Amino acid sequence: MRPSAVRLLNILVPVKRAVDYAVKIRVNPQQTGIDLNVKHSMNPFDEIAVEEAVRLRERLKDAVKSIKVVTIGPPKASEVLRTALAMGADSAIHVELPESSPAPEPLGVAQALRAIIQREKESADVDLVIMGKQAIDDDAGQTGQMLAGLLGWGQATFASKVDVDTGAKTAVVMREIDGGSEEIRCKLPLVVTTDLRLNEPRYASLPNIMKAKKKTIEKLTAADLSVDFTPRLETLKVTEPPTRVGGGKVESVDELVAKLKEAGFTAV
Amino acid sequence: MFLRPRTASSFRAFLRAYSSAPSPHALVFLEHRQGVIDSASLSALTAAQQLGGEVTGLVVGAPEHLPGVVQQAKKLKGVTSLLHSTSAQYSEPTAETLSLLLEKILSESSPFTHVVSAHTASAKSLLPRVAARLDLPAVSDITSLEHDSAANSTTFTRPIYAGNAIATVRAPSSIRIKFFTVRSTAFSAAPSTETEAEDKAIDPVEVNDPPTEHLKTLLTKSDRPDLGVASRVVSGGRALKNAETFESTLYPLADVLGAAVGASRAAVDAGYADNSLQVGQTGKVVAPELYMAFGISGAIQHLAGMKDSKLIVAVNKDPDAPIFQVADVGLVADLFEVVPEMVKKLKE
Repeated sequence: MRPSAVRLLNILVPVKRAVDYAVKIRVNPQQTGIDLNVKHSMNPFDEIAVEEAVRLRERLKDAVKSIKVVTIGPPKASEVLRTALAMGADSAIHVELPESSPAPEPLGVAQALRAIIQREKESADVDLVIMGKQAIDDDAGQTGQMLAGLLGWGQATFASKVDVDTGAKTAVVMREIDGGSEEIRCKLPLVVTTDLRLNEPRYASLPNIMKAKKKTIEKLTAADLSVDFTPRLETLKVTEPPTRVGGGKVESVDELVAKLKEAGFTAV
Repeated sequence: MFLRPRTASSFRAFLRAYSSAPSPHALVFLEHRQGVIDSASLSALTAAQQLGGEVTGLVVGAPEHLPGVVQQAKKLKGVTSLLHSTSAQYSEPTAETLSLLLEKILSESSPFTHVVSAHTASAKSLLPRVAARLDLPAVSDITSLEHDSAANSTTFTRPIYAGNAIATVRAPSSIRIKFFTVRSTAFSAAPSTETEAEDKAIDPVEVNDPPTEHLKTLLTKSDRPDLGVASRVVSGGRALKNAETFESTLYPLADVLGAAVGASRAAVDAGYADNSLQVGQTGKVVAPELYMAFGISGAIQHLAGMKDSKLIVAVNKDPDAPIFQVADVGLVADLFEVVPEMVKKLKE
């Protein structure tokens, strides 16, 4: 057997274009969804994923061979790819969906990501997928786990710290769990999903934004990947949550304590 | 009744019910920590009962904990039968290991129509993985459900956009097994009864050389009630200044009220409070009887985690803070003066 060269890491970072986290959303009058004519940006958890990939390269230097970002969405979703490229990703794939098509479900997205990973195999195996733990629009939090399941890979969800050992092809990951945290050791290839605490994403500098314009975005369609994005679940309606009416203010601590006692909240 | 005119759709539903629609049979993944069943799982059990069919509990664990957990689980109201599996590998089970056990239990010939769990960190990691391996979608964090036995469809409501919209989604009959996780604050906890359900041991699926290995768990120790299930929560934000003042200010009040302590993301990020105390879209979702917000402005992401609380009290220096729009009782004042005075007056 000839000695194999040290394998270099190829990282794939799926990102999603979502309504900006600061926007106060409004349900549309037809109750089919929300008004989408508002500011969009990269899902915050995905920004953290891109940042982590770039930091891995900064830490591991040449051991990281490529950072590829991918998005699945309407034509405008390419904006978030440009953002990711400006943050330091090398190249991008846009699986373009028609403007009018319904938002794909996590299972469809996971299937598409699997197909992309299999497609990438021809040039380079993906060793690490880093993605957000949830999208702040559908709040499902499923795609990473589904992808790991489909590939039969290990998964490290809700990661707050990731240490990759390129030699051993393992990663030690700190995960946020209910009541605290836990540390696990995972073999590569691996799917990591990011918690907010993993890092603080950088702002892309103007030169990097300019450079990002020269990086390539490969366009694919659902047909190229042989994936059917038709939702399996039927969304019957989207409604406003019951509005809560504030009860007004009190003037003093005495009044506040009186209100508490009135409601039955006394010292135990 | 056959003479009564019926619409085409209800006739179709009737036919289907007559021929093939199975009555619902839920498999509920019951979690425990150190031998005590999680209260969030008890809420998931209540949700599963609302499907109107049989409910089989599933518990897994290390040999030293499992017998006790089986005893508790068998007595839970609504559990019609119980499956259990034990292995040293289930001491700190990983999603990769447990998913193989679930796949075995959910094989083609299984009677299960639904797989249910609480929306906890561990079940959130596990259920989507299993669902995908069975080529099935999953529904996260549901707050209500309704099963139509005739149509073999289940309709759920779930919050989206940080709780700023509610989606009603239907899992139709084409979805062989309907996976969902349950928001525990939306369902009461199933109580224990005297009767015991039948139990059955399932062989574990031992995994040689698993892809992930548990190294250690670091739990935040606290004598206070658990944030997720506490009936009273005292929460602090960025205005608490630092970890010392966070503790010295809020803990005495929490102790007087027997409340759990929570925090906004700003307070957690600044290091005033532990991550596990974060309330919000990306932290814990709580719905206590009493939620007191001190020095929390009330960002969308924070409100997502507490706006279903029964009574919300807010103390903030800024009269325009959005928290006042949802608070039942608001006080515009300096929390550092208010809290000690409250402690004193509540003790009287």
